[in-house]
Amino acid sequence: MWKSLSAATLAAGMVLGTVAHAEDITIAVASEVTAMDPHYHNTGNNNQIVGLIYDRLLHQDSNQQLGPGLAVEWGPIADDVWEFQLREGVTFHDGSAFTAEDVVFSYERVPNVPNSPSSFATYTAGIAEIIVVDDHTIQFRTNGPYPLLPIDLSTIQIISSENPEATTEEFNAGPASIGTGPYRFVSYTPGESIVLEANPDYWGGAPQFDTVTYRPISSDAARVAALLAGDVDVISGVPTSDIETLEGNEDIVLSQGVSNRVIYLHIDSRRVYSPFVTDNDGNQIFNPFQDVRVRRAISMAIDRETIVEEVMEGIAIPAGQVLPEGFFGVSDNIEVPEYDPEGARELLAEAGYPDGFRLTIHGPNDRYINDEQIAQAIAQMLTRVGIQTEVETMPRSVYFGRATGDENGSEFSLMLVGWGSGTGEASSPLRALLHTRDDDTGLGRTNRGRYSSAAFDATLQLALNTVDDDLRQELLARATEIAMREIGLIPTHFQVNTWATRAGLRYLPRTDEYTRPTNVVIE
Amino acid sequence: MTVFIIRRLMQSILVILVMTVLVFAGVYAIGNPVEILISQDATEAERAAAIARLGLDRSLPEQYLAFLGNLVRGDLGTSFVFGEPALQLVLQRFPATMELAICAMILAIFMGVPLGLYAGLKPESIAGRTIMTGSIFGFSLPNFWQGLMLIMLFAVILQWLPAGGRGERGEFLGIESSFFSWDGISHLILPAINLALFKTSLVIRLTRASVRETINLDYVKFARAKGLRPRRVIGLHVLKNIMIPLVTIIGLEFGSVIAFAVVTETVFAWPGMGKLIIDSIFQLDRPVIVAYLIVIVCLFITINLIVDILYAILDPRVRLSDQKA
Repeated sequence: MWKSLSAATLAAGMVLGTVAHAEDITIAVASEVTAMDPHYHNTGNNNQIVGLIYDRLLHQDSNQQLGPGLAVEWGPIADDVWEFQLREGVTFHDGSAFTAEDVVFSYERVPNVPNSPSSFATYTAGIAEIIVVDDHTIQFRTNGPYPLLPIDLSTIQIISSENPEATTEEFNAGPASIGTGPYRFVSYTPGESIVLEANPDYWGGAPQFDTVTYRPISSDAARVAALLAGDVDVISGVPTSDIETLEGNEDIVLSQGVSNRVIYLHIDSRRVYSPFVTDNDGNQIFNPFQDVRVRRAISMAIDRETIVEEVMEGIAIPAGQVLPEGFFGVSDNIEVPEYDPEGARELLAEAGYPDGFRLTIHGPNDRYINDEQIAQAIAQMLTRVGIQTEVETMPRSVYFGRATGDENGSEFSLMLVGWGSGTGEASSPLRALLHTRDDDTGLGRTNRGRYSSAAFDATLQLALNTVDDDLRQELLARATEIAMREIGLIPTHFQVNTWATRAGLRYLPRTDEYTRPTNVVIE
Repeated sequence: MTVFIIRRLMQSILVILVMTVLVFAGVYAIGNPVEILISQDATEAERAAAIARLGLDRSLPEQYLAFLGNLVRGDLGTSFVFGEPALQLVLQRFPATMELAICAMILAIFMGVPLGLYAGLKPESIAGRTIMTGSIFGFSLPNFWQGLMLIMLFAVILQWLPAGGRGERGEFLGIESSFFSWDGISHLILPAINLALFKTSLVIRLTRASVRETINLDYVKFARAKGLRPRRVIGLHVLKNIMIPLVTIIGLEFGSVIAFAVVTETVFAWPGMGKLIIDSIFQLDRPVIVAYLIVIVCLFITINLIVDILYAILDPRVRLSDQKA
């Protein structure tokens, strides 16, 4: 199963519409980076920027589909051995040549970055041995079949092995920030700006902008104002409430794209008692969510169309599974559950709750687009079918710790959460959110509702050990169907992200929510 | 005087200790920063490793004692988020906040004192009344909204000034500051005005009240009766006497401008300490929160000390060593 792409398709895919333009661009993003060290902190904020200075073995395109990066051909040569052919003639920004040694060095550095709050070690943990065949051929021996290896490797930036002792401080200051990517490091001023300049010798062709400046502007209103004032050329995270006004402004161009992020409800479905469920008089009752009929009733009671139209002002897509259509491993057989309050009431009565019960739904109020309003809307919809629902929302710094809870499970009963699939395929949410929690393998680590199904686990395990793409896709879809039928979680909608640019530019949306100059088209 | 300063320093150390205990317990009670920092794909083992690396696996008293041990050696800990020394992160952003605070205080004093003086001397005039009504606006407008309005008017509609961020720094006598380049100053104007409006109103009202009180006192009447020119009566006798309450307020307000410029810094994306502390609170980055508060407490203590010494200079009756603090 060797993959190869012609040089022409590759160049077109990498640098969108390269034009000989001498232009500068300023991009305002909501959050600051925490470091310029590409292996220090695995967050989208950092990755979207360091990914311009460095390359990966494989690149994810705007739809998170894999394509060649520093590797040109790759594939398994045995069940547990993968071989990668590296691109020849690539040089780092300091002029040194890129070879297999740099790949080995980068992967060995990943688990050993001091003070790293969240390392990339997850993505190298499955590699048992790295074998350098020659300067441009490298093999990975894995612990058992590992079909996700190419995807996992597409998250790790390749740095130069010339400076083996480089510290995070040296990356921040600049001397160590040397990659092979389309842009070079110029300066990083914490809280203020990151400046990059074009790498004219880039293997994918010189990039279209001479300098790129990233500015963190955390306040939504201030970010929009900075664009209107002409201070910046591109902004991400346009608030839904401003979209209508901006649409009428001919100096501004909006672009929208569905993200890999599903917003869903986790339901406490295993424990005998659930902390925020009582009967209508406030007495403790057995956990009704153990009964799949009650879980289904909740899903039926939620009017996803109304959430999308009213709360999200049309900027979202109703969801019936964990990834939107078009992604790898999505099932074609799942419809968005229909809004059916009558049916929900009947199901509740059938399950022994003709008068409903009392419930508190929890959610964050500063994490997802309109998160607090979504929680309130859902609470009203549940109250309408007889489940008296209260809402409690809190800042994410408090919320996520409590939602995850400890070994006894979450502190909540019904909680609003979101999940962006970093791998761009279905196994990421399925193994984290729905597999039975298993601390040894890390499966089900974020399964806050503790849904557990033997059939689902077996199907997913099979998928995770299947190297054949078509078969794996089929198995992932089957697993999704099982979990959705048993209401392992309740998806509500897929987030749609909005970017705004000044007239003359247009942003090509990315499903991974990154804001990069390589996705800006000059018109 | 020396005794006074020493006693002050002892008190300050106590204040800092109490503050660190409160912050430690408070942040501990809110939650675990690892939940926010760690990648969603991380395994349980990695999560445990991250917790151990940040020292969060130990009990609260143990963590606190370790912190005290480092504090004695001048080490305020390493930021959970940035992995750099917390004190360095705070001090890195100190100049930006100081620029803003100094600019705002200068604006507040040079607009507030003359306007307040005028309103105090001519309370019934139309101008005097207008000044007082205007100062009510300055008090009551929400800072956040007011900042956005300034941006809408001067940056978006008129396009005279930039909407936010810090401009280029010029260099003068080896000091790097926004004050020394036009780009830097143009970026400073709007946030400084936003920060200054509330303080200006305060200074206006305080000056007016003090002037109204002083103007009827015997020594002012006597000075007038002696035939001194009004300029000298106001400039020397009145102004010098109203300086004492003004210096107190300006001193305290200067501290609060530095410590709590959070809203202005957020609206104008000004890379100062306020923005750092807000981000750090959201991410439960305890070392940075503690380092920031220690810096601020020290700052307040210094300002109060300077204010006390200024009293002695302005008012010959005050003797610092006599005060029971």
